[in-house]
Parts: sequence; C-alpha cells; structure tokens
Amino acid sequence: MHKFLSAYFYYFMKNIATKYFHILAVFTLVFASFNAHAASDPQEGGIVDTKEEVEAYILHHIKDAHDFSLFSYTDSEGERHHFGFALPVIVKSSKGIVSFMSSEFHHDDAGQVVVDHNGMRFTKIHGKIYELDAGAASVAFDQEHHPTNATQTLDLSITKSVMGILMIGIFLILAFSSLAKQYRTKQVPTGFGRLLEPLVLYVRDEIAKPNIGEKKYRKFTGYLLTVFFFIWSLNLVGLTPLGFNVTGQLAVTAALAVLTLVIYTASGNKDYWLHILWMPGVPYLLRPVLAVIELAGALLIKPFSLLVRLFANISAGHIVVMSLIAIMFTLRETLGVVGATSLSFVLSFFITLIEVLVAFLQAYIFTMLSALFIGMAVAEHEHH
Amino acid sequence: MYNLIGAGLIVIGAGIGLGQIGGRAMEGIARQPEAAGKISTNMIIIAALLEGLAFGALFLGK
Amino acid sequence: METLLNDFSPGLFLVSSILLIALILLMVKFAWKPILTALEERETGIQNALDAADQAKKDMESLTANNDALLKEARAEREALLKEARELKDKMISDAKAAAQAEGDKMLQQAQEAIESEKKAAVADIKKQVASLSLAIAEKVIKSELSSDEKQQKMVADALGDMTLN
Repeated sequence: MHKFLSAYFYYFMKNIATKYFHILAVFTLVFASFNAHAASDPQEGGIVDTKEEVEAYILHHIKDAHDFSLFSYTDSEGERHHFGFALPVIVKSSKGIVSFMSSEFHHDDAGQVVVDHNGMRFTKIHGKIYELDAGAASVAFDQEHHPTNATQTLDLSITKSVMGILMIGIFLILAFSSLAKQYRTKQVPTGFGRLLEPLVLYVRDEIAKPNIGEKKYRKFTGYLLTVFFFIWSLNLVGLTPLGFNVTGQLAVTAALAVLTLVIYTASGNKDYWLHILWMPGVPYLLRPVLAVIELAGALLIKPFSLLVRLFANISAGHIVVMSLIAIMFTLRETLGVVGATSLSFVLSFFITLIEVLVAFLQAYIFTMLSALFIGMAVAEHEHH
Repeated sequence: MYNLIGAGLIVIGAGIGLGQIGGRAMEGIARQPEAAGKISTNMIIIAALLEGLAFGALFLGK
Repeated sequence: METLLNDFSPGLFLVSSILLIALILLMVKFAWKPILTALEERETGIQNALDAADQAKKDMESLTANNDALLKEARAEREALLKEARELKDKMISDAKAAAQAEGDKMLQQAQEAIESEKKAAVADIKKQVASLSLAIAEKVIKSELSSDEKQQKMVADALGDMTLN
C-alpha cells in the first residue's frame, strides 16, 4: 500500500508541477477566499460564536441539506445573507409526488415557514419535510419538540448529498470512459489516465484478486472499482470547503452496504449456505444455535458494521476538523485572536492531512471488506 | 451521563484492542520484514472490524 | 440508536440506491469492461511476448548446441578424411616404391642379361677374330717360318701354349 501511495503522490505531484498548476492555483485562491468569508463570519456579528452554537452548527453541517449553501453571514443591519443556491424538493405526499424549489422555505429549518402546494402544506423541521394535516395552518409541537399535527413525507429531493452523488457520478463516468477510450488507440494511457490506471490495477490486483480468487474476481471487479472510486472521491470532496458530507450520510452508506449485502447473498454458493445454516463438523445440538448466530452475522452484523464504520469515520472526521476550526472562536477570549487562530490553523491543518489518509483508508477498507465478504460467499471449500 | 461512561469504556476497550493489533503486527513485521505487506493488510482489516464493533457500540448507546 | 435512526432518511436511501445502481451499471458498461479487457489484453500480450522471447532463447540455445554438434561431427569427418588421405598417400608411395623397385630390378636384370649376351657375342666375335687373325698370322708365320722343320715345331708349340690363355 505504501508503494502505491508513494506512486500516487509522485504522479500527483508531477501533475501539479506541470499541467494543473494554474487550475490548482485558481482553486486554492477561490477556497481561500471562501474560508476568509467563513472566518469573518463572527466578526460581522454572525450567530456562530459560543460553544453551544458551534456544536449546533457542526451537527447541522453533518446532516443533509435541501439547499447548497457555501456560507452565510449577518450584515450590519442584522439581515442574514446566504451564499449558495436552492435545490429542488421532491416529496411523496398524501396526494402523490410534489416538487418545488427549496428556496420557498427561506432557509427556515424549524417549521416556521409553511409552503402551500396544491392544497397541501409543507414545512421543514431539522432537515426533514413534513406535511401538515388537513386544516392545520401552522405546526404544533409536543413537549419533546415533535410535531403533533404533521406527518413526515418520503423525501426524494435532490438534496446536497444527491447533488454530490450526481456530480461525482458524472465525474467518474467521464474520467473512466475517457480512460477506456484511450485504450482503443494506445497501449499505455497518457495524461489523467496515467494516474487512473495504476489505481484500477491496484483495486483489481490487491483487493479483488486476492480476496475473491483468480477464477471469479472478474464478475465483481466492476462493483468493487465503482464503490472504491465513489467512496474515495466523495470522501475527498467532503474535505473541501464545499461542505459535502455524502459518505457521512447514514442513508448513503446504508445504500452501499445493502448493495454489498445483496451481492454476496445473491452470489453465495451451496457451501456458503451450508456453513451458515448447518455447520458441518459441529455437534448436532449446537447447529441451530450456530445457524442463528451465523445468519445474524451474515445478514445484519456485516452490513451494519460496513455502514456504521464509513458513516462514523467520515462524520467523526468532519466533526473533528470543524471543532478544531472552531477553536478560533471558542478559545478567542483565552488565547487572543492570533493565538486561537494559529492554534486552530495548525491543528486543523494536520488533522486535515490525516483525514486525506482516512478518506483513502475508508474507501480501501469498505472495498476490501466487500471483496472479503464476496470471497467468503463464492469460495470453493475443500470437503471435510 | 451514563452514555458518556459507556462511550469511555468502549474507547478503552477499542484502544486496548487496537494497541494489541498494532503491536503484534509490528512484532511480526520486525520478525519477518519481507511479510510486511501482508501483515499490514491484515492489520488494517482486523482494525477495521474492531472499529466497526466499537462504532456500532458507540452508536447503540447514543 | 434513536439518534441514528432519526438521522436516517429513507428518501435519501432510496434515491442514492437508485443512483448507485445506475452508476455501477453505467461504469461497468462504459468504463470497467473496456478498461479491464484492454488491461487483460495488454497483459496477455506482454506475457505472450515474454513467452516468445523465452522460446526464441531456447531455440537459439538448441541451435547453438546443434551447431556445436555439427561442428564436432565435421571436425571428426575432416580428421577421418585426412587420415584416410594420409594412409592412401602412404600406400600409394609404398606401392609406387615397390613398383619402381620391381621395374628397376627387372630393367637391371634385362641390362645385365643384355650385357651378358653382348659380352658373350663380343667374346665369340673376338674369339672368331683371334682365330682368323691367328690363322692369318699362322699362315704368314708358317709361310716364313716353315723353312725349317725345327722352327715349325717350335712355333706350333709356342702358339698352342699362348692359346690356353683364354
């Protein structure tokens, strides 16, 4: 893996040094200016200042959003300004599928703004779209802050995460189909393809082949490659100040884990099921007990550990990075502006570096464990 | 409050486990440097499994 | 667990599952299949080239071995030829020598025989001439000397004594 990483960084550095220097410089400038805006937030009388507010802000960021917002601030007249754009909301209501732009909620997230559509009323509470019961004009809450006169809808919106998935999906298709096209005319790809080829070979030779076996790996390599690059690029996008947290969404990691579950359950051979349901070589009395444990392991624990690991690692990474950035505000009174800012910068810089490694590692582990589970399901056992 | 104590216990357990995995892997690599690649791959897999367990427990308690 | 379930959005799960499956199918069709096929083709191409190079090397080796054997054989053959030639030459020389010897001997014998016969002829001739000369001399002597009986007697005796010389 180290060999691979160093090779990757070599190519990456070479590319930076030669071709993409200008593009990278522009990106850096743009991101730096975004960060400067974000940092200037509290000075301009923004709301995120105290420890509790920081916590709320971070937890809000970790969640999915119905609009794409880069940053927001309150100007001297006390008016909030949001930078970003609205995304379409698509919900399955009691009268079928309804869609409208999320800008109609006016950045409200507490059920204050009610949107009227075809006689149905919708409101957004903590990132979830509720449909008000017939006749209700505003949301009523019980003591635990649950709405009493509204029901949650099936939210099929193009949320920020869905947008991220679409973006990365298009990027992956473009990048790899161009690599595929290169092979039509030449043996060794050039340009960006030269960076991608060793990655593809790495996934095939280090993850798919050793875990699934020479004979059967080919069928599953497409899935493993897609999942690897999907998770890795989304993890990396999550580290940019664009504020994506796609692989930190439980629903997305659950979708990935369920896909793996479906694949290894569907491709499990006779031996696999025999070893789960009627373990050979074990006293007959123990076999049903073992079957229950094995079944739970195969159908629940394996996918659960897959989905929770990815979700928790990426969410935890985001929380840590944002908390370290927030040191700027929370320790400002103790350390002074310069002290708090430099401490925050140093700490978040190094944690971000580690997060770059984690971004790769989590993609690697997810793919590796998927390959391992598939390999277990299709393995040819020697008969006892 | 109890959640936090539970989380602390989970972290202690996971820490001991990760320490064992990492330490033993290092011992193995020191004994057989030519097997370093295989050992680190397996180390990462086992650490990932342990991590899944720890995270699962943490989130069950949350 | 409650927070976890509360965070879980079924809609997002549905949408992302659909997008993921679509992405996987698209990627498999447009990217992974051609890429993996091309990579495999390249690898088998490289493997074939390596195998061919190995085969060529092996062929070359067997060829050199063959050449060596041939060379050895040729050398042995040359040696044998040379030996044969040498033997032939020796034989020819000895044959020629023997023939020459025989011829010489024969010629010598013939010469000797010729000489012998010549000698015999010459001796016979001389004898004849001596006889005629003697006769002539004897005639003359007899004519002159045969004046006295005594003298005749003596001359005959002398002549006869001389004759026995030959």
